[in-house]
Amino acid sequence: MKFTKTLAAVAFASTLALAGCSGDEEKDASLTDGSLNGANGLNDASTSGFGDGSGINGGRFGANGGRFGANGLPPEFSDPNNPLSKRTIYFMLDSSQVQQDFVPIVAAHARYLVANPSRHIVLEGNGDERGSREYNIGLGEQRAKTVASMLKAQGVSESQLSIVSYGEEKPVAMGHDESSWELNRRVELAY
Amino acid sequence: MNVFKKLILATAIGTCFAPAVNAEMSIEITEGIESAMPIAIVPFANQGAPLDVSSIVDSDLGRSGYFKTLPPQRMPERPTTADAIHFANWQGAGQNYVVIGRVQPNGGQFNIEFQLFDVSNGSSLLGYRMTVPANELRKAGHHISDLIYERLLGKKGIFSGRIAYITSTRNGTQANHKIMVADADGANAQAIASSAEPLMSPAWSPDARRLAYVSFENKTASIITQTLATGQREKVAEFPGINGAPAWSPDGSKLAVTLSKDGNPDIYILDLGTRNVSKLTKNRAIDTEPTWSPDGRNIVFTSDRGGKPQLYSIPVQGGEERRITFSGSYNARASFSPDGKFITMVHGNGGDYRIGVMEANSKSISVLTSGPLDESPSFAPNGSMVLYASRKGNTGYLSAVSIDGRMQQKLVFDSTEVREPAWSPK
Repeated sequence: MKFTKTLAAVAFASTLALAGCSGDEEKDASLTDGSLNGANGLNDASTSGFGDGSGINGGRFGANGGRFGANGLPPEFSDPNNPLSKRTIYFMLDSSQVQQDFVPIVAAHARYLVANPSRHIVLEGNGDERGSREYNIGLGEQRAKTVASMLKAQGVSESQLSIVSYGEEKPVAMGHDESSWELNRRVELAY
Repeated sequence: MNVFKKLILATAIGTCFAPAVNAEMSIEITEGIESAMPIAIVPFANQGAPLDVSSIVDSDLGRSGYFKTLPPQRMPERPTTADAIHFANWQGAGQNYVVIGRVQPNGGQFNIEFQLFDVSNGSSLLGYRMTVPANELRKAGHHISDLIYERLLGKKGIFSGRIAYITSTRNGTQANHKIMVADADGANAQAIASSAEPLMSPAWSPDARRLAYVSFENKTASIITQTLATGQREKVAEFPGINGAPAWSPDGSKLAVTLSKDGNPDIYILDLGTRNVSKLTKNRAIDTEPTWSPDGRNIVFTSDRGGKPQLYSIPVQGGEERRITFSGSYNARASFSPDGKFITMVHGNGGDYRIGVMEANSKSISVLTSGPLDESPSFAPNGSMVLYASRKGNTGYLSAVSIDGRMQQKLVFDSTEVREPAWSPK
């Protein structure tokens, strides 16, 4: 619960940042009203142009909001011999099936969450870059839901889980071949 | 260009100002058409304007691929009035058309006059006068290009439009994502939104004054509409799960969106006035990427209900869902041409993703690009070209291809990840 509050506070700080200056915009003098405007749809541009609060610069968010690592997680999460230290489930191409290798990892997290009912995790679904982006959002969600179902089947409460799909928008490997793609088809368990 | 930038900087007063560090874009024609029309844009007489309007016109028309412009140093003469033109000279120089003009100060503004002549018979095809402030000289140049293009090609010009696209830069684990809006020639690129979390799927409102897009700024998906002129943002959807793929109805009153709040991704219609959402598709598969037919009657969307993603169509009021693509193992991310006669899509075969154009009636698909990772196609406002994102090695770039595949332009950025281009509808 304490953790949830921290998240909410970070989110609030981010919202404040959104309302303020992002610092990387400039006003668009070319959008002021002028005689040509009727021709190209730039009519009612006020002198504020693209500026003033249009940016949603979340830079400060990412910098402070790291949910991985420290964040009050017990030591077994950083013990490489403990399955809880593994918080990424990888998937085959076009598949949302959890492979055998990862079943024990999901099970370890299920046990931890059942034993710690105040803990909450976000299942972040991801895919590789091939194909269309919004369809990949759908695929990422399917993967996250598969993991969610396994956790629930092992007793984790629905209220401990939330799901977000980033599709291909958050790659961890930047290459453009199978060796990168297989690292990007994943669900991250973010405590 | 530089002068113009300074002008913008000089007028940018108040808060929120910082020099634009956005990547500059340039455009290369990678495939032109052989029948490009020879045309000479004679440098306009210029009294004190900070920008050479005729060079904008020259560059617009040359870049279109449909015209071959004559470099000023090869011009036989440089007339700035009609009676100073010797048409025989221009015939001798192999030109079909010649454009002359003058830019003169008028109070705090500038008068621009230009004329387009047919070299073969000396007739005036077009003459126009306009008055603009100094900071709209560039826009005036694009407008002149549109007028010449329309007069000679019989279809609307595409030089005054704008394009929206997404860029990402990464510094270690930190990412910065931006929604950019630039002139159609890549000039004046500005970030309208930026975030450490992903931004995606920019979609223009029919009046080209607003963009809808997806933001993960709160680490969940939400759909935002943003008015470009004021920067005003509204969060119009933030349901549990997916909030994605916004597409404006032709009248601008609704968005078709993808939501998964009821279990799995389906197409919903979101009324922007009432904020009510109504569910349109009810399939257990992934249904996403809705797009409206220009008459507003049907939604075409991507669904993998048959196994692989294919395009389907459903009446906006609900009803029978029909599959409309049958060739290729992967067809997704549809977008209609403005006249409704064509649909462009990502067309995949065996792990190779290219841009296809399908005739809406015959359902025959032509493949326009060579892949292997082409995506996010959308039509130019006059329907003549398809803008899409592509990749060569580690460089993402935007490209435009004519729908007959004969003409190709590459929009080149330096050192940034660029994707999801959308051409403004006007």
